[in-house]
Amino acid sequence: MRGVPPPEIPGRRRSTATEDLLRGIWKENPTLVMLLGMCPTMAITGSVRNSIAMGVTTAFVLILSSITVSTVRNVVRHEVRVATYILIIATYVQLADILTAALIPDAHKALGAFIPLIVGNCLLLGRQEAFSSRNTVWRSALDGIGMSAGFTLGLTTVGTIREILGGGTWLGIRVLPAAFEPWVIMKLPPGGFFGFGLVLLALAWYYDLKKRRAAVQAAIATVTAPARERAPALERAR
Amino acid sequence: MPAPSGAVTPSWKLLLTLGAAGAASGLAIVLVYTATLPRVEAYEAGITREAIGEVLHAPARSDTLWLSGGALTATRPVTEAGTVVERVYRGYDASGAATGYAIEAVGPGFSENIRLMVGYDPAKGALLGMKVLESKETPGIADSVVGPAFTRQFTGAAVPVVGARPTPKGPEPGQVVMITGATISSRAVIKAVNRTLERWEPLLARYESGLRRTAAAGDAAPRVAATATLPPARKN
Repeated sequence: MRGVPPPEIPGRRRSTATEDLLRGIWKENPTLVMLLGMCPTMAITGSVRNSIAMGVTTAFVLILSSITVSTVRNVVRHEVRVATYILIIATYVQLADILTAALIPDAHKALGAFIPLIVGNCLLLGRQEAFSSRNTVWRSALDGIGMSAGFTLGLTTVGTIREILGGGTWLGIRVLPAAFEPWVIMKLPPGGFFGFGLVLLALAWYYDLKKRRAAVQAAIATVTAPARERAPALERAR
Repeated sequence: MPAPSGAVTPSWKLLLTLGAAGAASGLAIVLVYTATLPRVEAYEAGITREAIGEVLHAPARSDTLWLSGGALTATRPVTEAGTVVERVYRGYDASGAATGYAIEAVGPGFSENIRLMVGYDPAKGALLGMKVLESKETPGIADSVVGPAFTRQFTGAAVPVVGARPTPKGPEPGQVVMITGATISSRAVIKAVNRTLERWEPLLARYESGLRRTAAAGDAAPRVAATATLPPARKN
C-alpha cells in the first residue's frame, strides 16, 4: 500500500491475465459468491430486462472506474485515496445516469432511483481498493470486465427466476402457459429475497455435492492404495 | 499510492489531488449533460406529443397555452431560464375547430405520484380520454390502472368523474368502475383527474369566453394569434 508492489504472499503466486478476467465470473462472483451489491440484486431483478440494464450500467461504471483508478494509482496520495476513488466512481455514475436518460430512456425510467445508488454498491469501491489501486491498467480493465460480467450474470439469474414465476415470461417472451397463475409476490420486493435465496440454495447444494464427491474419491483412493500392488484387478475395476 | 514512509504528505498536495479530481469530474459531467440535453428534451416532448394525440384523438394540430398571472395566454411568458411554466394543449380538427384541451394531471398514488394526461371538452363538460404517463403502482396488482380496460372508461365520462365499485349489474352510465384489488390506485387516478379539472375549468372557461369576445369584436381570427408550438401528433 505504500507505493511498492504488494508483498508476495507466501504460497500464493501472482495471477495470470486470464485468471484476472475469469475470477469475477465464477470463482469470486460478486453476487453469488461474495454477496456484494445486494441492493440492486433485491431491488431491480423483478424482470430480466431490468437486470441486464442494471448489469450493463454497473459494467460501464466499474470498467471505467477501474481503468481510471489504475491510471492515477501512482499519483493519488495514500491519505486521500478513498475520497478520490469514490469521486471517480460517483462521476461515472452521474455520467451513466445522464447517458441512460438520453440513450435508453425506457430503461432509465424503470431503474429510476437505483442508478444513482450504484455509487453505494460496495462492489465498486471494493474492486478499486482490492485490485485496481495496485495493478496495471490492462489487468484492472480485465478485472472490471470479469466482475461486471459476473455481476450481470448474478442479477440475470435472479431476474430469470423472478420473471418466470412472477409473470410467466422471460425477457418479455411467454414461457409458461397462460393458464399459469403468476406468483405476483415474486415481482414484489419480497420476491427478491425468495429468488436470491433459491439461487444461493442451489449453489450451496452444488458445492456440498462436489465436496462430498471429492471426499468419497479421496476415501476410495486411501483404501485402495495399499491394495494396488497386490490386486491389479481391483485397480482396473476402479 | 505514493506515501513516503515516515514523512507526512504536505496538505497542499492532498488538496491539489482532490481539487484536480473534483475539477475533472465537474468538467466531464457538465460536458456530457450539455451534450445530451437536446436528446432528453426531444424524448420528453415526444412522450407529451404522443399523449396529446391519444387523449384528443389525433387532432390535426395543437397549440400550447401557458398559464401566466392567473390567465391562459398563447405566448410563452418571459421567465427565468429553467422555470417550469404550467401549460395546457388545445387541439383542433382538420377544419380548424377546437376539439378540446389536453391537460397534465398529477396525484399521489399508492407508492409514488401518478402522472396523467387528460383530454377535456369544455363544451360538453366531459372527458375525451385519459392516459397514464408515469406510475410506480404495484406491479401485477395495481399497475392495471395503466391498462386500456381501465383508462378507456374515462372517454366520454362526465366531470367530476364518479368511481364505482364493480357490481354484477355493471356501472351506471358515465361511471368509472374501479379495479378490484387496486382501489387505492383507481381512486388516486380519479381524484387526480377531478382535482386538475376543478382547477383548470374556470381558467379554460375564461380563455374561451375571451376568445369569443375577440371574435365578436371582429378581430382577426383568434387562433391565428395562438402560435403552434407543437407539431401535430405522431401517428403510429
